[in-house]
Amino acid sequence: MGLHAYLALAAVVFAIGLFGVITRRNMVGILLGIELMLNAVNINLVAFSRFNGEVTGMVLTVFAICITVAEVALGLAIVILLFRTRRTAMADHVDWLKG
Amino acid sequence: MDQALVPFALITLLTPAAVFVVLALVGPLRRSGRPAALLSIAGAVTAFGSAVLLWSRLDAPVQRVWAWLPEAQGALASVGILADEQSSIMLQLVTLVSLLVQVYSLGYLSDEPAAALGRYYAYQSLFAFSMLGLVLAPNLVQLFICWELVGLCSYLLIGFWYKKPSAARAAMKAFWTTKAGDVGLLIGIVLLWRQTGTFDFGEMRAMVEGGMVGVQGLSVITFCIYLGAAGKSAQFPLHIWLPDAMEGPTPVSALIHAATMVTAGVYLLTRMAFLFALTPDILHLVAWVGAGTALMAAILACAQNDIKRVLAYSTVSQLGYMMAAIGAGFASAGFLHLLTHGVFKALLFLGAGAVIHAVGTNDITRMGGLGRRMPQTMIIFLVGTLSLAGVPLFAGFLSKEEVLGAVWASGLTGPFVMLLLGAFLTAFYMFRVVFLTFFGTSVENAAGSAHEHGEHRGAHDPPIAMSGPLWILALAAMAIGIYFTIHHPEVEFVAPGWLAFTATGVATAGIVLAWATYQRELINAESLARATGPLRRAAAHGFWIDEAFLGIYRGVLMVLATTVGWIDRYLVDGVLNVVSAWTVAGGDGLRKIQTGHVQDYVLAVAVGVTVVLLWLQGAL
Repeated sequence: MGLHAYLALAAVVFAIGLFGVITRRNMVGILLGIELMLNAVNINLVAFSRFNGEVTGMVLTVFAICITVAEVALGLAIVILLFRTRRTAMADHVDWLKG
Repeated sequence: MDQALVPFALITLLTPAAVFVVLALVGPLRRSGRPAALLSIAGAVTAFGSAVLLWSRLDAPVQRVWAWLPEAQGALASVGILADEQSSIMLQLVTLVSLLVQVYSLGYLSDEPAAALGRYYAYQSLFAFSMLGLVLAPNLVQLFICWELVGLCSYLLIGFWYKKPSAARAAMKAFWTTKAGDVGLLIGIVLLWRQTGTFDFGEMRAMVEGGMVGVQGLSVITFCIYLGAAGKSAQFPLHIWLPDAMEGPTPVSALIHAATMVTAGVYLLTRMAFLFALTPDILHLVAWVGAGTALMAAILACAQNDIKRVLAYSTVSQLGYMMAAIGAGFASAGFLHLLTHGVFKALLFLGAGAVIHAVGTNDITRMGGLGRRMPQTMIIFLVGTLSLAGVPLFAGFLSKEEVLGAVWASGLTGPFVMLLLGAFLTAFYMFRVVFLTFFGTSVENAAGSAHEHGEHRGAHDPPIAMSGPLWILALAAMAIGIYFTIHHPEVEFVAPGWLAFTATGVATAGIVLAWATYQRELINAESLARATGPLRRAAAHGFWIDEAFLGIYRGVLMVLATTVGWIDRYLVDGVLNVVSAWTVAGGDGLRKIQTGHVQDYVLAVAVGVTVVLLWLQGAL
């Protein structure tokens, strides 16, 4: 299989993630969408690394996964705090910045 | 140049300044009244003494300047002193009258509260400093600064009784009217600087004599400078402030509005005479306006019943004489008249002040027979009147004859006739005042004396603080007159032989007419008034010049202001308001896109990135 197949897969996963981020009402769902987008990027990195014969992409992917874990922990913590104070996890209900 | 004389000039100039600073800063001293007055008088004595010493030792002009606004190529503007023949004589006049007026004020203003008296003397010292700075100025910048300072002092002293609305109004009027002229002066100075590159009188004179000043456009400059002088020296039509300035205390009128400040314009033109000589058209204007002012003010003086206003119009008239002489091209004659006029007009004002102080009214029709009660004052006032009328042996005779001779010698027949007529009227109105005030029967006594001015009955000669300065001035006026009769001053022109007789005859005719009308009542004053009917009615209204100014103000300025105000309110502000309304409405509309929903923002970012990417790919 060529590089294009991997890139196509990554694009599809990215698009599904973005769709989830924009459309899901539940904040946990939005976080899941973000995870999908990040993993699409990781697929890209690994694919380029494999086809160019360099390890840099691999190393960067390991970093990205680590950071993703931290991001998820932080994001979930925010969701929980929001739920405690506002009794909701729906993104529509959080509109304090409405102009 | 003899620099040893510089300290004398500096002492003369800076003593009043130091006194003013002390009085201004040390509040308790100022509010104490009499001690402040004595300090100020001590300063004036010092200034006068050193002015006399300076004059007596001066044989060549002394100049000393200090750089004030430094620039790469030498100082842009400097301050300093220039003591030459003119300025040292003028210095003596200013310090002498200033000193005498300050002593006189001790008596005249003895009823004032202590704090007001201290304020008065602080202003007096500031005025003395400003005027001396003006006289000694070696360049136009310093002259202009001091010029404005004397204007300020004039404003402060006219409005000395600031709780009186008429005095406050008169102060404002004086300030604004002279300011109108000063704008011209400032423009003239700047234009002159652009033409010659210097403010300094000496350098300017050298350039003019070297023929390095182009005559092209010089008329505009000299006209602007003349405008400033006309405002200060009360030339038609800017003379309207001077009669109103009589709202101030009488000693102030004597010092500022007769002897010194109003002559600043004449002094300026005397200083700049070398420049004006290059523009004969402006000189003609100066002469005609001066002569017209002299005649007009003399007519106006005949119709006044307020003793101070008569003197004020007579000051305007005499300033017209000086200006006419300058316009005739003989500035020295005008300057001579300035000096003698300074002495005898101060004398007249202070004498009038003594009368007002004793009687409690300014109205000459309510005086009469005061000669018996105030013999000293009468003699003094007579000396001043004879000087002003131009009677031989008195101070004004020779200087007025010089002015007439100067105007005749330069072939200005029209102004000459006007001035001669003015001289006749001068003698008439001054003796009208004398006869109505000092001779005849007292109106008050004849009417039963139950009037509110009951002190009229007890009118007597003033205390020594007031009579002392009066006698000194009277003797000075006589001494000058006799000195000039013996040592005829050198003149640059040939006056015709018949002139002295004509001048004397005209003055005598005026005196006789006044005598016949108001003393012997051979001519009924009423029928005399009726004979000159329309003219008299016009004169009683000051020829409607105030009204003309008011009309111009209402008709031109107010209409212009209203139009400009409308444009500002509805056009300029309207455009701004529309723009602001649009901005607010736009903000209101745009606010709606801030939903506060995170997902909307993400969508916007996604769409935006997509658009940018497509654009970069050239797909759009």
